[in-house]
Amino acid sequence: MHPAPSVIIFTTFSGLGFGLLFWLGIGMPAPTGWLAFVYFVLAYLGAVGGLLASTFHLGHPERALKAFSQWKTSWLSREGICAVATLLIMALYGAGLVFFGTAIKPLGWLGAIGALLTVFTTSMIYAQLKTVPRWKHWTTPALFLLLSLAGGALLSGNVGIALPLLVLAGALQAVAWVHGDGRFLASGTTMKSATGLGDIGEVRAFEPPHTGTNYLMREFIHEVGRKHALQLRIIALGLGFVLPVLVLLLLTFNLVVAVIAVLSHVAGVLTLRWLFFAQAEHVVGLYYGKR
Amino acid sequence: MTELPASTAKKLGLVIDLDTCVGCHACVVSCKGWNTENYGAPLSDQNAYSGAASGTFLNRVHSYEVQPPILKDEPAPAAQLIHFPKSCLHCDDAPCVTVCPTGASYKRSEDGIVLVNEQDCIGCGLCAWACPYGARELDAKEGVMKKCTLCVDRIYNENLPEEDRQPACVRTCPSNARHFGDLADPESDVSILVAERGGFDLMPEQGTKPTNKYLPPRPKDVEPEYDILAPYLAPVASEGKGFVNWLDKALSALPGGAK
Repeated sequence: MHPAPSVIIFTTFSGLGFGLLFWLGIGMPAPTGWLAFVYFVLAYLGAVGGLLASTFHLGHPERALKAFSQWKTSWLSREGICAVATLLIMALYGAGLVFFGTAIKPLGWLGAIGALLTVFTTSMIYAQLKTVPRWKHWTTPALFLLLSLAGGALLSGNVGIALPLLVLAGALQAVAWVHGDGRFLASGTTMKSATGLGDIGEVRAFEPPHTGTNYLMREFIHEVGRKHALQLRIIALGLGFVLPVLVLLLLTFNLVVAVIAVLSHVAGVLTLRWLFFAQAEHVVGLYYGKR
Repeated sequence: MTELPASTAKKLGLVIDLDTCVGCHACVVSCKGWNTENYGAPLSDQNAYSGAASGTFLNRVHSYEVQPPILKDEPAPAAQLIHFPKSCLHCDDAPCVTVCPTGASYKRSEDGIVLVNEQDCIGCGLCAWACPYGARELDAKEGVMKKCTLCVDRIYNENLPEEDRQPACVRTCPSNARHFGDLADPESDVSILVAERGGFDLMPEQGTKPTNKYLPPRPKDVEPEYDILAPYLAPVASEGKGFVNWLDKALSALPGGAK
């Protein structure tokens, strides 16, 4: 799949933002006044900024309101509803903390659940696709949720919780990569089943339907980017999980250490999210004799 | 609404004969022509006159080389070149419809045609991600999803003569490789064709239950190797006459001369 910057930025930062909103919602921490203001601005920058970035890849962003209508069948529609509802609820909860110094706890809990649901619905947009065998697996939502919770814990200063979550997320990411590598073959979709010509013999793409490229090839076939996958996986694990954990364990905690850990984690998640798209193979590539 | 109908009264679709398709791309051109000039946003081209040309098509013809297995003790069978037109298969269980967040994509309960309401499409591209066949293309100029409409503006169009009320690709095919009809009716021509020729689904394991069917190439004849013209081409005069004959012999008699 084409690793579009808008979608990588969206999933990374909205994941972090909603993760932070989750921890704020359950009152860990429950800051008031200016400190609360800073926390909420940070969370909304991530969550709203990510959502805005995702509208950049729409053909008609001015019609985005229509996307709230199909919650019965569409994970994308459900995501939109969950995101907006969560942002509204947490805005009220945040206003209570910032302006009145009180935590309206039921509202916070509701917002926390909404934040998790938003991340889950985002992940299901990918995990539902049978056409991308690497994504259609329980590790996709599990990883999105774990990354969001770990990143949110890191941003909210819950170091004790962030450490085990980071280790868990790193381990699950490794499992998802290794298991994901075999899923395209395991899916059973091949050039033979795609063309139905396998009964005659070995099928080879002889001539594409066009001399140039097309939307399908730009969107779904991204063979070039996979060249450095192994190196990028190591970099992603190192920056996303190993370095933040080491920094938090070995150095005395202060603002500088926290910023280093957060920046390193974000860089790592951006890298693994790039791989999430670049390494995902869509079955339509088979019609072009590519993956 | 993006909920799929429980069942459709008809299942209009195409039956594509891989045996007779000659790969002329006439269906591609007539499809692009009709669907640019008629219903919905035109099918745009980008950099049409440069080296990096690209455009929106609802129907594309791939070509595959299929090598039958080479068995020991037998001469290697020749590879076959098979032209493979591909457009929307109007699936019963269309994954492109249910993922649509706006309700722009829908499957009609009356005839099973899968369509996009372009006024509602936000161009998110998720339906194209969900389609295993590459049947949907986002138009780069209009920013909306384009797909085969089964020429819904031809097949019911009473302003057209009766014989033209079929999809443009079917109407134009010079080798009769494309057939249009109701695949829900077991008595229809297309259903009989599918039954007799062993029509098959593309990627059945994806669970999309496509309406369109493909007819496999017929087995190639294997004939003994002989040349029907050979008896007529045998030399009739082995001995020459006259000056040329004398010259031929004289030159052959020289040292190193060819016999």
